[in-house]
Amino acid sequence: MDSARATRRPSARLWLAGLWLALVFIAAIAAPLLAPQDPLAQDLLYERLPPFWMAGSESGYPLGTDSLGRDLLSRLIYGARIAVIVALVAAFAACLLGSALGLIAGYFGGWADRIISRLVDIWMAFPPVLFAILLVAVLGTGLHSVIIAIAVIDWTRFCRVVRAETMVQARMDYIENARIVGFGRWRIMLSEVLPNVLPPIIALLSLEMGIAVIVEAILSFVNLSISTDDPTWGGIIAEGRLSIHQAWWILVFPLITLFLTVLSFSQFGEGLKSRFDPVLR
Amino acid sequence: MTAQPLCLSIGALSATLPNGDRVLRSVSLDVAAGEVHALVGESGAGKSMIGKALLGVLPPGVRQVEGSITLEGTRLETLAPAARRRLIGARTALIPQDPLTALNPSRRIGPQMTDRLTHILGWPAASARARIREMLAEVHIREPDRVIAAYPHELSGGMRQRVLIAAAFAAEPRLIVADEPTTALDVTVQKQILRLIADLQRRHGTAILFVTHDLGVVAKISQSVSVLYAGMVVERAPAPELFATPRHAYTKALMAATPRYTHPASSLQPVNSAVLAELALEVRAADTEWKRAHG
Ligand SMILES: Nc1ncnc2c1ncn2[C@@H]1O[C@H](COP(=O)(O)OP(=O)(O)OP(=O)(O)O)[C@@H](O)[C@H]1O
Ligand SMILES: [Mg+2]
Repeated sequence: MDSARATRRPSARLWLAGLWLALVFIAAIAAPLLAPQDPLAQDLLYERLPPFWMAGSESGYPLGTDSLGRDLLSRLIYGARIAVIVALVAAFAACLLGSALGLIAGYFGGWADRIISRLVDIWMAFPPVLFAILLVAVLGTGLHSVIIAIAVIDWTRFCRVVRAETMVQARMDYIENARIVGFGRWRIMLSEVLPNVLPPIIALLSLEMGIAVIVEAILSFVNLSISTDDPTWGGIIAEGRLSIHQAWWILVFPLITLFLTVLSFSQFGEGLKSRFDPVLR
Repeated sequence: MTAQPLCLSIGALSATLPNGDRVLRSVSLDVAAGEVHALVGESGAGKSMIGKALLGVLPPGVRQVEGSITLEGTRLETLAPAARRRLIGARTALIPQDPLTALNPSRRIGPQMTDRLTHILGWPAASARARIREMLAEVHIREPDRVIAAYPHELSGGMRQRVLIAAAFAAEPRLIVADEPTTALDVTVQKQILRLIADLQRRHGTAILFVTHDLGVVAKISQSVSVLYAGMVVERAPAPELFATPRHAYTKALMAATPRYTHPASSLQPVNSAVLAELALEVRAADTEWKRAHG
């Protein structure tokens, strides 16, 4: 009874999180088809329209408009594009870099481990948000600087987890057996160790996508991300903050969107992890 | 000594830990072709280390500093690393102590069993699979297809050990290192597994270096014995001779401490302090001599 409940809970979590993420991805891909308005079209006659259930709302603007009269829902839908691109590209880049170094450090040990571990220590001494702002200031604003900044900062998260997990696996007898059978070190690392450290990597990857979305929002919020024309969730939040007293919805809807997305990424990762774990499967 | 050719000959093998201490102190032992040679000693005596040195899988930092290992007439030290790996892979196999961690949890049983056949011996995949099914039948596994497709965690400990035994014998190695192959198992399964190993050993004519701390097992399965203490072989003899007339005080103490040494469930009891003092002296003497010889 208890165990049945324990196995059902993660899968409900997985489905709910997956559903929200699917919506976000569909919004990103089909933004021009789904958005009711042009996200950039300003109309001062329609400024700060409230969402549909409040008095004074207009049809065609379901979540209301911002202080320049732009449709909020359309801006959120278009904002999903930047969020999804950053989540995918930055998280995968951080994952590849960090996991590769973590595998090498954990499996080969010795001086390779010493160099990589020292590098991680130094890296983690920087406060990440400050580091990101600094990097973007150096690289210049724009989508690829944001992506590079996130990958360059967050690979350490993968590196530490993968290194620790690899060291656990490398001590197992099956690795010894693979050596006796005559497999080379790289082959053992990639085909024996890697599949066993995959579950935590997948969970982290999903978590990292959420983190990438937040970092991008923060950078947009302080105006360091994309050019201000393209709608981004962080940019909308920054604008909403300015008119919080007149029009709360401009701040609240993007915050909810951001929150649900980040939460879904982390829950999805946890759910996938237990799916991929051969012992729990 | 018989005139049988030697399968394995270890001569004056010394190995050091990362801190420089010797973990093997000039170990010499011979295993004749097709015989079971038992390696007995308490926990920490260095039994596993001998097997690892031979199989070329010493832990990081542990180094073979002296001595020779000769496998079927070939001195392993004279081979290039790749050639050594190939020879070890083709002629030897390991039956490990813990059948849970000895199988990769994320790979199915079948491919793990065929690794040695396809990788080292270059068998085509189809004949390797056929061979594996044959071997599974030999270890009395009734549903080979289910086992081949299973992940390790889906099998019981006894089943996993059968799988590992089948895999070890599949490539017809000349020598198998069995490192306490029954210790991690249920008492009820231990006897079956032991009988299975003895049975396959006889049928395939494979030599086995059988690591154990159980004199009862030694009496049942082995033709010759080395008694190890602190990385030092204190006594080496054919099994019947050892049990009839143990010469070293430590061997006698081990036997006295094992009530009816034919009882497989009991392991070693503490050895009395006079014997331990004598052993400590021997270890010290061996180390002094070694230090003198190596500056
Ligand atoms: N990786 C390692 N690094 C340093 N010392 C080690 C390492 N592995 C083992 N040792 C030491 O080497 C000694 C011999 O270990 P070994 O595993 O060969 O003992 P054993 O006779 O097989 O014992 P057991 O019956 O417990 O398996 C022990 O004292 C142990 O502390
Ligand atoms: Mg051991």
